[in-house]
Parts: sequence; C-alpha cells; structure tokens
Amino acid sequence: MFRRLQPDDSSATIYFDGRAIRCRPGESVAAALLAAGVDRFRTTPVGGAGRMPYCMIGVCFDCLVEIDGQADRQACLVPVADGMTVRSQDGTGRFGIQ
Amino acid sequence: MTHLQRESCELAIVGGGPAGLAAATLAAELGVETVLFDEQSAPGGQVYRNVEANAPRHDALAAILGGDYAGGLALVRAFRASGAAYEPESAVWQVAASGKVGVSRGGRAYLTRAQRVVLATGAMERPVPVPGWTLPGVMGAGAVQTLMKASGIVPDRPVVLAGCGPLLYLVAVQLVRANAPLVAVVDTSAATLAGTVRAALPLLPAFAGDLAKGLSWIATLKARRIPIHKGSRLVVEGTGRVEAVTFDSGGRRVRIATSLLLLHEGVIPNNQVTTSLRCKHVWNVAQAAWRPETDPFGATSSARVAVAGDGAGIGGARAAVHRGRLAALDAAFRLGRIGRDERDARARPERTALAREARLRAFLDRVYRPAEAVRPLDDDTLACRCEEVSAGELRGLIAEGFTDLNQLKSFSRCGMGQCQGRMCAGTVGRILAEGLATDMAAVGHYRLRIPVKPLPLAELAELGHADRNDKPVLEVADGDPSQRI
Repeated sequence: MFRRLQPDDSSATIYFDGRAIRCRPGESVAAALLAAGVDRFRTTPVGGAGRMPYCMIGVCFDCLVEIDGQADRQACLVPVADGMTVRSQDGTGRFGIQ
Repeated sequence: MTHLQRESCELAIVGGGPAGLAAATLAAELGVETVLFDEQSAPGGQVYRNVEANAPRHDALAAILGGDYAGGLALVRAFRASGAAYEPESAVWQVAASGKVGVSRGGRAYLTRAQRVVLATGAMERPVPVPGWTLPGVMGAGAVQTLMKASGIVPDRPVVLAGCGPLLYLVAVQLVRANAPLVAVVDTSAATLAGTVRAALPLLPAFAGDLAKGLSWIATLKARRIPIHKGSRLVVEGTGRVEAVTFDSGGRRVRIATSLLLLHEGVIPNNQVTTSLRCKHVWNVAQAAWRPETDPFGATSSARVAVAGDGAGIGGARAAVHRGRLAALDAAFRLGRIGRDERDARARPERTALAREARLRAFLDRVYRPAEAVRPLDDDTLACRCEEVSAGELRGLIAEGFTDLNQLKSFSRCGMGQCQGRMCAGTVGRILAEGLATDMAAVGHYRLRIPVKPLPLAELAELGHADRNDKPVLEVADGDPSQRI
C-alpha cells in the first residue's frame, strides 16, 4: 500500500500481532504499520468493522491499538520504540491485562 | 523517563505550528515567561511537520515536499533560538478558565498554572461523510501528506484523490513528484474554470505568485496525463476495504478502481479546547465551520484564553504567523511587559499583512466551497464513525420529535465514542438543521468534556502539582451560560 522513500534508517523493530516489523526510530506506530502493509488496525465495538487510520493527526481515533499491554492507544501519536509490542484491537479492547 | 513537570508559567501556548511558534518567539522576546506545549516530538505543527529533519536533507523527499514547506524552517529556528521553553510530546487534556493547563507527557499527568493561555491548535481536515467512507483504504489527503512529511512514506498502489481545495492539488502534485500511482483527481467543487478565473482577476497582481503556483500544479497534472474529473455524489465501494470510487460526472456514473481513496474538502478549526471551555462560538458561513468568537488580538470570551491561527477560523499558515504575533503582543500587554500604545503600534504591520491574506482567503473560500461534505447524507452513510450511527437513524429520531443535539447524543450515542465528537460534530448538526429546516447557528454545536485527550485514570490519580482543592475533571468553566451543550 505504501513504500518508503528513505529505506536506509529502519533500525527499530516492533511486533504487530507477533509479526516483526522494521521501522524508523521515532516515527509513529501508525506510520510503521502502514508502511508494513497493515490495513486493519482494529475492529469497531459496535459493528465489528475493520478500520485503519483516517486522519493521522490524532483526531479520528480509528488507529486505536493495544501498545505494550495498554489498550486504546492512538497509533498515530505514539512514537515507535525498539521492541514495542503492538496488538490490533478488537472492539473496546482488552483492559486490565497487565 | 521522568520529565520536568512545570508548576507555573506566565504564558502557556498550546500547539507548535506557525501560530504557536510565532507567538512563543515574540512573547519570549518581550520578556514573557513562555512555555509551548505540543503533542509532536518536534516543532512545526502539521504544515511544517518534521521540517527540521527534512528541509536540510536536499534529497528526493525535500524536493517532493517543495519550497513552501522548507520555508517553515526559519520559523522553527527562530523559536528554537528564542527564550521560550518547549515541552514536546505533551498532550494538553484540559485548559480551565482559571488558567490551569492539564498536560500529559511520558505517561504522567500534571497541572501547570498559567496566567494566560494562547491556543494554537490549528486545523483538522473537514470530514467528508460519503457512503463507505469508513472502509480501510479511505483516508484524508492531509493524512497521506503527514505520512510523507513525518516518515517519508508514499503510496505505491493505485490512489485516487477526491474533493476540493488547494491542499488537494498540492498533495496530487506531491504524489506525482513521488512517482506514486495517482490514477485520477475527482474535483467536487461546483466552481467552473471560467468562474474561478473571473474570481481570481481582482487578485492580480498582488497574488500573482500564489495564482501561478496553483496553475503550475494543474499544469503538472496535465503534463503527466492525470485525469481530472468533475464529480459529485461520491460512493466508496468495497467489501472489507476500498475497491473503487463511483461518482456522477457529466450526466453519467463513473467508476474508478483504486486501493487508496484520499478525501479532502478543506480544513476546519480544531476547537475542542474552546468548546470545552464554553467559549462563545459563531457559525462561519463562508467556511461552513464553527469558530470561537475572538477580538482582533485573538482573545476569546474566556478571560485568560486567546486563540491564534487556524483554530480561530481558517486563514492559512502565513496568516497564522501574524495572528500568533498579535496574540503574543496582547499577552505581553496584559502581563505588564509592554504598554497599550506599544502593543497597538506593533500590531499595525501584522494587521496590514493579515488584511492582505484575507483577500486571498476570501477567494479560496468562494472557489473551494465544500460540496460533498455539506450535501444531505444518504440514509445509510455513517455520520458518527465511532458509534456507527447512520444519517437515517438520526433522521428517524428527528422525525420522532428530537430537536436538540444533546437529545440525539443521549439516544443514539452519536458523538459519544472515542473521538469525542471531533469527526461527527458538524455532520450531526447539519442533519439536525436540515431536519428542523433551520440553520447551523440555531442548532448549536457539541461541547467536548475534559479531558479533551484520552487520559488513563492512573495518570489522573497521580496528578502532579494538584492541591487538595483541585478537581481537574469537574472544574466548572466560565463562558456563555446560555449554551445548551
């Protein structure tokens, strides 16, 4: 879906639903996932529909994922950190998981 | 990591785009103790996002983004060199009328007491609710521009741009420069070429540069043989994700297969903080959006709070710089750093520049009036993306006798999901106005509740710099008591 113009600096690794994804340190989790071809970040609590980011600036909340055990994180606002564990979020997400 | 939790400051500025940067730079220069809070990790806002990293590289990405973008570097450097303090990666989840600013950084929340607050929260893309717009693969055009600026990421599958406004064409040209497979542009504006030229003539010669730039974008698309369709009544087709977009064009229905559909019909003020403060807002007819009512320096109806830049009505990045400086001058005056005469004298050149920008803005507002985003929704289109409330459902409630936004919220849950109504506020108001055969000013708008950014309860429980009298979530805001919502 997307490609990187500057593929040289993908020195961080995050894990999305168990899959290792190489990405640029400091970029947003949402950018890293989109560059890796992820087009289903979560499903909606009401209809179970798949969603992916719409706005990329923290407004639409369609990029909500679980990051390092915390549900409802806005993937477009959270910078990646090496070793980060990201899970797609189903419905309202899993709470009290830590 | 533990970050400094600032207990107080004279001036808190929220947002690190052109208005916030210009305000902070001038306020610090005038001797005001200034702190700029921004959600991003580097200054620039969305328009100059990541400019410190991108502009000096002189590589393919810098060429794709272009000269106007690189021009933001000077603004960022002036801010960096100023005495203003900078708090990046800091989400502001509350601004209280008392001047208490709730900040969250690195998983810790705290309150900063500010004597004055300048909100420079900028704009968001106007939501374009058409059938199928919630499908994966449908994004804002600005969202893809953000991906380019922030991460150097561009589409590599067929992409269609649909909507209107200067940003739509800028993104089209940037995609072409990046060799992204741009299949077509669907222009939804009602303006004809002849009408646009007629409206543009009075802007010559003052804005020859801007108009030439716009024409060069069209010429670039023509040279690359990118089809530009006039289109209306967009429908997104797809099962599970976008597969095609269809629209009316020249009396027939056109279907274009695509992997990515980018919608854009201009931008609207990001007014969550001012609505949560119950500042007085007015419906801006020309821009089809709510904006906080402000005086010529940006001061709102809330005594300590001003708004600078696009958050007070869309004026663009160049105007935002002048609006930021005006807010800084007024802050310096109110904080006793300069006298009224000096404030007014220094405001004059800023106002002259703003008056000039206003001429161009009036032209853009007229030519690029949103069309798809303001037409009556099809009944099955989701108005509220979070709670998946369709236009038909809302119309059903209105037919049953609902006459108030709050009632619609309570019964349908529209506007009560994760985005707190950011994405559906205008749409639900419009459906209600249509149903009651009245106008937007009469139906009013949502008022976001604090926290205006998601905040884990654990952070609130360990709130920094809170004394026993602080009730951050319950503090009653001042403002217009007649406001129903």
